[in-house]
Parts: sequence; C-alpha cells; structure tokens
Amino acid sequence: MSENEMNLQAENEMNAKEAPLVLQVSHVSGGYYSGGILKTKQNYREVLHDIDFEIRQGEIMGLVGESGTGKSTLAKMILGLVQPEQGEIIHHTKRPQIVFQDPYSSLNPAYSVEWSIEEPLRVFGKYDAPERKRRVRDMLKRVELPEEILEAKPTELSGGQRQRVSIAAALIRRPRFLILDEPVSALDVTIQAQILRLLKDIRKELDLSYLFISHDLNVVYQLCDRVLVMKAGRLVEQGTIEEVYENPKEEYTKNLLAAAD
Amino acid sequence: MRIKRNGYLTAGLILTGIIVLMIIIGMFWTPYSPLTMSAKEKLQAPSLRHLMGTDNFGRDIFSRVLKGAGTTLTIAAATILIGSVCGTIVGALTGYFGGVVDDVLMRFNDALTAFPSILLALLVISLVGPGNKYNVILALGIVFIPSYARITRTAFASLRDANYITSARLMGASNARILLVHLLPNTVRILLPALTIGFNNAVLAEASMSFLGIGVTPPDASLGYMLSEAQGMFAAAPWYSICSGLVIILLVFGVGLIGEGLQRGEREVE
Repeated sequence: MSENEMNLQAENEMNAKEAPLVLQVSHVSGGYYSGGILKTKQNYREVLHDIDFEIRQGEIMGLVGESGTGKSTLAKMILGLVQPEQGEIIHHTKRPQIVFQDPYSSLNPAYSVEWSIEEPLRVFGKYDAPERKRRVRDMLKRVELPEEILEAKPTELSGGQRQRVSIAAALIRRPRFLILDEPVSALDVTIQAQILRLLKDIRKELDLSYLFISHDLNVVYQLCDRVLVMKAGRLVEQGTIEEVYENPKEEYTKNLLAAAD
Repeated sequence: MRIKRNGYLTAGLILTGIIVLMIIIGMFWTPYSPLTMSAKEKLQAPSLRHLMGTDNFGRDIFSRVLKGAGTTLTIAAATILIGSVCGTIVGALTGYFGGVVDDVLMRFNDALTAFPSILLALLVISLVGPGNKYNVILALGIVFIPSYARITRTAFASLRDANYITSARLMGASNARILLVHLLPNTVRILLPALTIGFNNAVLAEASMSFLGIGVTPPDASLGYMLSEAQGMFAAAPWYSICSGLVIILLVFGVGLIGEGLQRGEREVE
C-alpha cells in the first residue's frame, strides 16, 4: 500500500469516526419462544448473545456468517419486529427499511409496481396524489427502471427488476438507513454486479447507511466499509474490511475467508 | 387475480346464467300462478301446455319450479354471504394475529365442525323457530361460518409472514389496512373456489332441510320442499320429482363447473 493510499484510508477512518451515529446496538441478547402461550424458560431459545456494535452515517456495514447464525434475527430486531431480551437498540434516524433476499415474495402479487412503490407514501399520508406520483417517478429513475414498468405486476418482472422495485419502495420515504438482507443472493452474477453498483451509487446520492447481510464474502468485500463476523449468535470479529480480510484474528474468520477463495 | 378462460368456466357460466336468468324471470312472471289449483288439470304429464306437467292439485309444476328455484337460490346466496363474510372476519383475525384468540376461536370452531351440519342447523332452527325463509338462512349461515373461517384462517396465516407484509408493517400500515388492502386480495384466489363449493353445499343443505320438514314451509316453496311434496305422488306424477330434482342438479352442476374453471384457469396462468 502506497503512502498516498494510507493517508487516504486514514482520512476515511477519521471521517467515519466523526460521522454522526445512525444505529447503536448495545449488548443485545434475544431469541424466540416456541410452543404454548406461556413464555417460560423451557421453551425459550436464545439466538443472539451479547451483540454490540454501531453504524455511522454513510457507512456500509457488512454482516457475514454462515446460515443459521442469527443474522436475519438481528435484522428483525433492529427493525423492531423481534424484541431483545436484554440490551438496547437505539436508532438515531427514521425507522430503517429492509430489502429482502427473495425478490419473489417481497412485492405484493395482487398489485402493480406503481402501487407497491407508492404505498409507503399513501400510508404516510402527507402528500397528495400528484406529489406521490411525482416522487414515484423520481425514485423509479434513481433505480434505473423505465416508466413502462409501473403498470406491470410483479409476476411479469425479472428477479433483478423486482429487486430494483423493492429498493425503490424501501427508499421512497427517504430513510437514512437501509437493511439489505442478502439482496443479491438470489440473482445471477451479472445482475448481482448491476444491483451492487446501483446500491453504491444510490448511497452517495441519498446519503444512506446500509447494514448489508450476506454469506458471500466477495460481495461484502466489494461493497462494505466495515464488517461484522457472526458465529452461533455471537459477534466474533468486527473491524474495517481491510483489517478483517487481510489480518483476521479469529480462527473462524480465517476459515470463512479460506472457504471463500 | 387473473384467470385464463377455459371450457369449464365457459360451460359453467352459460349453464348457471341460463338458470339464473329463468329464475329472475320467474320472480316477475310465471306461465301460471304457482298456487292456483285446478281440479280439471290435475296430474297431467308434461305437454306444451304444461311444460313440466301438473301436480295432484292441478298446479303448473314449471311455474312452481321457477318460484321454488328462486327461493332456493336466494337462501343459498344469502347463506354463503353470511357464512363467508363472518367466516372471513373470524379467519382473518385468527390467522393474522394468532396467539390466544386464535387458539380459543379455532378450538370452538373445531367443536362446531364436529357436528353434522344438518344437526347443527336443526339446533339453530329449534332456537329461532321453523318455517320462515329467513330462519333457514340464519341457521345455514351460522352452520357455514366454521368452514369459511378455517379456509381463510389458513390463507391469512400462510401469508402473514410474507416479506411484503413485513414491509407493510415497517412502513407503518395499520393492521386494518394490512388485512383489507394487503392481504385480502391475495386470499381471493382461495376464497372464490370455496364460495362456489359453499354455494352448492348450501343448495343441497337447504334442499335436505326442506325435504326433512325443518326448512321452508308453505306458502314459500323451495326445490327441497317440492321434492318432499313430490315424493308422495311419485307413482302418479313422477315428472314432479324428476323436474324439481333436475333443476337442483343443473344448478349445482353449473356452479361446480364455474368453481372448477376458476381453479384450472388460475393454475394455467401461473
């Protein structure tokens, strides 16, 4: 690494440190109760243990780990869909939105693309119909979709198109923080690259922060500034992408990286 | 929801359409008064003068069948209206919210389903009193609620964790909006065929009740009541049983075809 690059990196880190907080997750544990209507110790299964990290404005945080380690549960908890048993989740911005992995169930099959993108604004209730239409068309341009697609039903779209529509719907209310739960895992490689580029561009345009959940370490390397490594419900490692990828401290991270190469 | 046109659907719509059209005409005009007796013309076989013959009082059976089918249709339609609306409300709430409400309501539902429907209808009739058309509708409507509750509960429960519903919750949509706007249109594909099956069951249930004498009573006449009336003169006027039975069969067959057509048409679109 040249001196110049190192300076640049140091500057970036300084900026990251100074940027205002978007999300604080402090010592969070939680899980699910199964069976019966009583919440007893016996049917409680803890999925997350003592998770602790924070995300700053403009940052893309990767979250990696094998399937079943609790990545999606953590996402649900940040979204407020699952309550933590211990610890605290503090949002410093508007409620985050999410883009899901499966583009086939993330859009309501009964309605058109236009309806799906407009619905968050209708629920919000602050804008009249012409203003909503204008915002929908503006957002459609940002996700690089043609206007003709507004009339289409989700079943008529490709996986990549659906994911773009999902991103538009998630961003239409202009949240500052977006959770991306394996957003490109169901897509083939060329489409993956397009969506990743779109996510990068749109982050700059709209000054967004992402929590990017993935099991694909190459994708995380391409996109993320920092990364969290999760194993069996615990954060085993966190740091900048360079720190973790070039100098992993934990045996688990080394194995993960070795498996990805 | 999109449905591809197919033979079942077309045939069902035509058959049901013809029957319903005739019933509607019968509500305003019949060739003869269905109640006027005529000793001279009793027990006549079908002819051009009396398309379906006459009964032992000389009443025109075609006119009576038109009126009776109207009563049957009204009762069946009102029954599935009550059953599906109430059933959908119960099913939507239990399926979407789950938890204690779901457990309690669905166990009660199971208990109701355990009784044969005729027995249950008999119970309701014994509470509200027999004879009146509206009492039959009430009894059958209540009897039909559990099956619709079960069907819609399954539909709502299977969709409540869909990603697009999670998104709806995150955007702050109210439960009412999620249930009515986001979920309900997606359950139509399950509900619509269930409505046609339910309609047929209601036609048959009304016919059985009236046949057994716990349904409509004179001066109202339904197809089921006419069947039981015809039973007494089967040897003298077999056309009475055959004609009123045939109308029940055609009505049920036509609506059954529509239901089958809906299901096939949707599968083809997918």
